Amino acid sequence: MAMTLITTNTSSGAATSDFTSGIDSTYKLYIFKFYDVNPTTDSAVFTFQANASSQSGYNETITSTSFQASHREDDGGTSFTYRTGTDQAQGTAFQSLSDTIGNASDESLAGELFLFNPSNTTYVKHWYSTTNETLENEQTWQQFNAGYFNFTAALTNIQFKMSSGNMDAVIKMYGVG
Amino acid sequence: MPLGAFKAALMGTAGVSTADVVLLYDTDHSNVASASITSDITSTYGEYIFKFYNINPASDVVFQFNGSIDGGSNYNVTKTSTFFRANHEEGGASAALLYADDNDEAQGTGYQDFVPQVSSGTDEHCAGTLHLFNPSSTTYVKHFYSRIQTVYANTYPMDCFAAGYFNTTSAIDAIDFKMSSGNFDGTIKMWGVK
Repeated sequence: MAMTLITTNTSSGAATSDFTSGIDSTYKLYIFKFYDVNPTTDSAVFTFQANASSQSGYNETITSTSFQASHREDDGGTSFTYRTGTDQAQGTAFQSLSDTIGNASDESLAGELFLFNPSNTTYVKHWYSTTNETLENEQTWQQFNAGYFNFTAALTNIQFKMSSGNMDAVIKMYGVG
Repeated sequence: MPLGAFKAALMGTAGVSTADVVLLYDTDHSNVASASITSDITSTYGEYIFKFYNINPASDVVFQFNGSIDGGSNYNVTKTSTFFRANHEEGGASAALLYADDNDEAQGTGYQDFVPQVSSGTDEHCAGTLHLFNPSSTTYVKHFYSRIQTVYANTYPMDCFAAGYFNTTSAIDAIDFKMSSGNFDGTIKMWGVK
């Protein structure tokens, strides 16, 4: 088995980054890698959602957890907390993968999302993510999210977008057998 | 599940490279002051993954790293970072999850701590993973994060998470690993992810 690059989405000023093919029973694990994700709008949040087979729209039910660690460049404060504002309890909204990213020319987010066995039609679909970002107010922010899509149909599509505005980004999807 | 659990799946049996994840560096170090990687960190790959195996210091000290923007002449890149850890003493005491501000950086140029300490007993060491994202970018800061499991104070397993960014738009083209003092043994591998 090996990690196989399936799709590379290079976005420039795009509203969304969509993965609408290649998510099937070929692989038990899909890994999405995020490089140089830079929002057009300052303080936008990087998010994702899924679409189940035979459904429409990116609006599947999610229950998730979220926690973070952060530290200001001026050493003015640190935090390490559970985030009630970025988890979901049977919500259908886009799931936050970050806090508010700065849009300066050198600011960005990087990280990865693991999605387990999305084509299974018996179980819920587990996922977890780790990201690191430059906040709009000069601090580093690491965020961990995890949860499951609470449906048993096959998951066939994934969409990433900002909470507002467009983005530049390179997002790669790998399959692991 | 940590990435390490998927090592064989992601990176091939016995570390053999695959087409999209390529093993670039694999060195068994013995009693060295530092381990510098000064080649192959280029725009060829969007991400580099480092794995540390059996990192054993000569004394009870801190395992650290830094980047270079001049090919390894200087390891002193400005960084801001976070650090948190979980620990639990072998006897059942001192279970904790906390932020550790002794091990983070605020625009510092010093070496970033992976762990507060690696105990130096003959069976003691640390192991784990570092991700470095798009180090050759000349537009963005360079994000990194690590998860290292260590033996602390001879009797504590300690799970350590460091993360942050090299606050530079210059390309990072070399990286150095060392102890806060003294020498160490251990195996370090680096993969490029296409």
